[in-house]
Amino acid sequence: MGEQEPDLSASAEDDLDLAGLMDDELVEQMHVDLYDGLADEIVEGTRILLDRGWSPQQVLNEALVEGMRIVGVDFRDGILFVPEVLLAANAMKAGMVVLRPLLIETGAERIGKVVIGTVKGDIHDIGKNLVGMMLEGAGFEVIDIGINNDVQAYLDALDEHQPDILGMSALLTTTMPYMKVVIDELNERQLRDRYIVLVGGAPLNEEFGQAIGADAYCRDAAVTAETAQHLIRARRDLATVAVG
Amino acid sequence: MACGALARELKAVIDANALGHLELQYLPAGLHNTPALIPGAVDEWLAAAQGRYAEMYVGYGDCGTGGRLDAVLERYGAHRLPGAHCYEFFTGLDAFAQLHDAEPTTFYLTDFLVRQFDRLVWRGLGLDRWPQLRDDYFGNYTRVVYLSQFPTGRLVAEAQQAADRLGLRFEHRPVGTGVVEPLLLSIGRTPDRVH
Repeated sequence: MGEQEPDLSASAEDDLDLAGLMDDELVEQMHVDLYDGLADEIVEGTRILLDRGWSPQQVLNEALVEGMRIVGVDFRDGILFVPEVLLAANAMKAGMVVLRPLLIETGAERIGKVVIGTVKGDIHDIGKNLVGMMLEGAGFEVIDIGINNDVQAYLDALDEHQPDILGMSALLTTTMPYMKVVIDELNERQLRDRYIVLVGGAPLNEEFGQAIGADAYCRDAAVTAETAQHLIRARRDLATVAVG
Repeated sequence: MACGALARELKAVIDANALGHLELQYLPAGLHNTPALIPGAVDEWLAAAQGRYAEMYVGYGDCGTGGRLDAVLERYGAHRLPGAHCYEFFTGLDAFAQLHDAEPTTFYLTDFLVRQFDRLVWRGLGLDRWPQLRDDYFGNYTRVVYLSQFPTGRLVAEAQQAADRLGLRFEHRPVGTGVVEPLLLSIGRTPDRVH
């Protein structure tokens, strides 16, 4: 692993008793298990930490989100590839199934709401799903409107959910221009300024994001979560100054 | 210069039309799975070839480069095949648009991709090691369409098997080499355009 070097030898021990580990060892082991895409172990580790009195938010942040951040860094650096990231994401998803109801129950603070979906003609949602999970992990409420969304689908979702952020994803060169169609329609309806618009997908880049009028291009799921947090805080700071 | 995935088709057109005077070179077909590397590889080749040819044609579509390949070609005044992918220039741009619009949840195969399905698709996506990821990749797809160039019974059967492995409906549409042949003819029959 590139950025951080958890002890991978631990993952080779088939009978490793997660319950026998100290909290910090367990969290480190969960990073390794997430890296290795071991969903059952992630669920077990999540339950153990909760049983020990950890809050769902703390488990999410320190075990799952941090683990996925390491995965994301190594994917960016070409150490991990798509299948490994998918396995890790599925492991995190399994942990989220345990945590999500508890997060809702405990009223964990949400820092904002995001509507996210792939654009018309594009059915590739691996990246979008990863982004949704990382945004959820970063404290956002995520409304995933799925694949192949035309302008009206985006407008309907924005109207219904009143999010802070609109996220659009595309994998294909042929579908990415549709993001501009959506943004132009928002401008046309004088709705553009209401939302932070983030775009992402393999063929996109910074210049494309700027050219179509997005607030930011996000190159991967971790960057999306960081960018969303940053932009929403900046917007709220601006609003506070304006009110003050 | 062309993508190695087009080698058989280009050679077939050249042989059938006595265009042996055209000089063809190939980049590795494996770049199909890493589009981000295509512009750099083409750039390197064009830089080395610059000055040796009156005109340079590149046997690629946009191929998932998001316009970055076009930016490279523009610097050298080189040309590429029309459309986003080989599916498009084999089928014809309008015909492909119709086909795709009718069912955007389609996964396409060509002769090359049928032959290389196991290496580039199945193993390339890690499905040999983690078959449980199949629906993560293909869960939104509904059919496989084999856009064949020179179909044989064996290729059609292999394409059908590929669709079965992906759990998708199968259709076969013989489309031939599409715009590739007329383009090569236009290049090859204009002697002063090629050194």
